[in-house]
Amino acid sequence: MNFEDEPVPGYPLPILPGHTSPGRFERVLRAGQFSVTSELAPPDSADPEDVYRRARVFHGYVDAINATDGSGANCHMSSVAVCALLTRVGYAPIMQISCRDKNRIAIQGDILGGAAMGVCNILCLTGDGVGAGDHPQARAVFDLDSMSLLETARTLRDEHRFLSGRKLTHAPRVFLGAAENPFAPPIPWRAERLAKKVAAGAQFIQTQYCYDVPMLKAFMRQVEDLGLLERVFILVGVGPLRSAKVAEWMRTHVPGLHIPDAIIKRLAGASDGAREGRNLCIELIQELREVRGVRGIHLMAYRQEESVAEIVDRSGVLGGRIPWYPGRDPEANSNRKVS
Amino acid sequence: MYAVRLWSVRHARGLNAFYRGFEKVLTALHPLWKLIGYRRLERPVAAVESSVKGFLFDCQMCGQCILSSTGMSCPMNCPKNLRNGPCGGVRDNGNCEVRPEMKCVWVLAAAGSARIPGGTEALSKVQPAVDRRLQGKSSWLRVARERAGEPE
Repeated sequence: MNFEDEPVPGYPLPILPGHTSPGRFERVLRAGQFSVTSELAPPDSADPEDVYRRARVFHGYVDAINATDGSGANCHMSSVAVCALLTRVGYAPIMQISCRDKNRIAIQGDILGGAAMGVCNILCLTGDGVGAGDHPQARAVFDLDSMSLLETARTLRDEHRFLSGRKLTHAPRVFLGAAENPFAPPIPWRAERLAKKVAAGAQFIQTQYCYDVPMLKAFMRQVEDLGLLERVFILVGVGPLRSAKVAEWMRTHVPGLHIPDAIIKRLAGASDGAREGRNLCIELIQELREVRGVRGIHLMAYRQEESVAEIVDRSGVLGGRIPWYPGRDPEANSNRKVS
Repeated sequence: MYAVRLWSVRHARGLNAFYRGFEKVLTALHPLWKLIGYRRLERPVAAVESSVKGFLFDCQMCGQCILSSTGMSCPMNCPKNLRNGPCGGVRDNGNCEVRPEMKCVWVLAAAGSARIPGGTEALSKVQPAVDRRLQGKSSWLRVARERAGEPE
């Protein structure tokens, strides 16, 4: 979709009435469009071009790009820096903040800094334990948890103050998100935990990988019963599995990942596992689109980011809509209304 | 001790009822505490509290006890110190992502809360960020002082 108030890349859009951020992502969701987000694996590099190259594969297929914050407790370029590079040229990143590596002083500073650079979306996470990553010797911080992080971000935005009470002169205008895993115990309590996150300030949710649609549907019904569908945009996590072997490895090694046996069997029976994985992902997306309350998908294609375009394209979820990317509208800047 | 911690969650209802009574007694004794002096009492009371709650709940002495809101399962035993519910890494068997041999404290909290009247509602309350200055201090004395309306 084209916005008539399209700004010069790197400059924010005006904030529409009822919106909390000037971002494209919030606009697309509130306009009722089925949204697609993906995540950029931050490079083990200090070269900005490595970030731009990774962002380019998503051109025209995603509404927002998640910049992960030491995901899996592995060391990479920071999410703040990735966002700084992305916002410079107009992308709409979702800045992930994990509680594992930073205390409340550093986190609040990053929220202000991120917003100053044009970050409009923040995903508040607890983060994996340090033992899961490549620096198990590190000290885990966990000064805040995902819930108090959400409250902190909301306090900065809505009350224009730090947790200490000290006033801000300009509050960060951000759209706040959180994660949820409908597939991990205690399962009966997961929807209520989502309600708690909404109460703490979550406006959008990106879930863990979904490979079990009936389970997701049961979760969504509970979410609906709690009256949350009008209060939060839920994007369900999906991703292509490369082979039965990879799926088997992931389900034993990735915390909180639930892959039913039937999926693994289907991948094992296919002649081209990777292709079957993509087909399966497309079918899942099409099924999920029909689930009441699902407002988009979060497509995580770790180490096969180039497959995002094909999957989104073949699934048809965008319905011909081309999400913004740098250079999409060569005319936009000259057509821009000057007020 | 881990086994006692599991026992405490199984007996969350009784322990919670006892705790509520105990809090009333503590608060009623506020004049006595004030007479002796809260500051003077801090160290001995914290030592008793640490051993009793350490035995029953593997208490970590965060100094801002929320056991009655967490089904008598101490959230500070979570390796991520989560005070608002489980992370997404809980294993299929309900054990912890970081310490696979341990039950997730939030799986226990959900079970314990179901045994306490009003426990599920208490679980839904968003807990604020921990005040790290209170680490090692007595939660009992703090509750008594606050309930009695005594400023710090």
